[in-house]
Amino acid sequence: MKTLLDHKQLDITLQRLAHQLVENHLTFQDTAIIGIQPRGIWMSGRIAELVRKITGQQNIDYGMLDITFYRDDVHQGDIHVPSLTDINFSIENRNVVLIDDVLHTGRTIRSAMDALIDFGRPKKVELMVLIDRRFSRELPIQPDYAGRIVDTIITQKVKVYWAEKDQKDEVVLID
Amino acid sequence: MSLSVKHLLGIKELQTQDIEQIFQTADNFKQVLQRQIKKVPALRDTTVVNLFFENSTRTRISFELAEKRLSADTVNFSASGSSVSKGETLIDTVNNILAMKVDMIVMRHSASGAPWFLAQHVDASIINAGDGTNEHPTQALLDAYSIREKLGDLKGKRVTIIGDIMHSRVALSNIFCLNKLGAEVTVSGPPTLIPKYIQDLGVKVEYDVKKALQNCDVANVLRIQLERQHKPLFSTLREYSLYYGINKDMLDSLQKEILIMHPGPINRGVELNSDVADSANSIILDQVENGVAIRMAVIYLLSGKTALGE
Repeated sequence: MKTLLDHKQLDITLQRLAHQLVENHLTFQDTAIIGIQPRGIWMSGRIAELVRKITGQQNIDYGMLDITFYRDDVHQGDIHVPSLTDINFSIENRNVVLIDDVLHTGRTIRSAMDALIDFGRPKKVELMVLIDRRFSRELPIQPDYAGRIVDTIITQKVKVYWAEKDQKDEVVLID
Repeated sequence: MSLSVKHLLGIKELQTQDIEQIFQTADNFKQVLQRQIKKVPALRDTTVVNLFFENSTRTRISFELAEKRLSADTVNFSASGSSVSKGETLIDTVNNILAMKVDMIVMRHSASGAPWFLAQHVDASIINAGDGTNEHPTQALLDAYSIREKLGDLKGKRVTIIGDIMHSRVALSNIFCLNKLGAEVTVSGPPTLIPKYIQDLGVKVEYDVKKALQNCDVANVLRIQLERQHKPLFSTLREYSLYYGINKDMLDSLQKEILIMHPGPINRGVELNSDVADSANSIILDQVENGVAIRMAVIYLLSGKTALGE
């Protein structure tokens, strides 16, 4: 097991990602942040909070998206239990930043885009991830913002711990 | 995580945690049903047949909508106009339908126990949509879910079921379901319509409807099922209405608010007066609305079992 990011590094990385986001979206008038359930919401919550601090805007549209019913493996293995979807704003003709912690095969993001389109037609969808496992892709999906790019083999596992849920902030690579 | 059962035959066989899981999943589907696009692609690979050997409006439409909103393919079958009238047996009918690659069966049948019988002879998952005077599990689930939505946790809540307890599959499933969730159940109605020894199921009996209403948070009023009464059990509908029908005056005299439920179809003026059925106390249409979400949850959670071939 190897630590990819410790508490301090994770914090700096999130700061950078939030600043990049503000650089591209400025006031966030036309932009919404949406975290992907279940594990992306911890990161998206932090990013949304940082964006609020940087821009001084308190009313940034922030939501959570559950993709369970849009998965392509609904009937492979045990049935998946859904989490909460909470998008109480319109995404019609707006920029949407999807946030997840780890980008691996790209299948979750494919599902998320399908789920998102059911809420309206966004002007543009961007993808932000904390960890990009770049050689593991099974679909042509790439992130617009990545915290750390790692080269992993399929048997390895990247685990992100969030203080809100796991009592510590850390990203580890498990062999 | 998935249900402990392969079929939803009756509430009797469910674990309390199964019921909780169905409710949690239904919460998600309820949210889906409030969107502009009330549909998810989860069951694109599943085909469901709705086998109705007995009449139905709500249950049938509710199941069909639930299936369609999960993106499942659906086939509808009703006994009238089918080969059942030519003498085909239930197992033959079902196996012929399954031979056309159908994954799941939703069945209503006038014979109590029919879905259990079928479950022993076919591979597909079966959902009981009402069997004779035995069980109607999805109705009980949506009833409990509707109470939970209005009053919170069911533990300690007092629910009175009023009317034709003897012939009601809704009553039996409700009793099992409410007991598992920790609610206190009382049944009320004319003695001829309340089975002997029903106390053995863990319910109280109160023949005086006014007292029963006084001591409850929720009254679930049932239809008089004349089609199942083969000998007269009360003199006239008018007399039944006079002694056991719920009207606004009775509710007003309670000095508290209770929820009024009815599984439908209502015989207005018999078990329930219009001024009650359409009052603010009535959550009858909430029940119908929740029915679709509950059935989506049940079909979704059982669909895993079909594909895994368990």
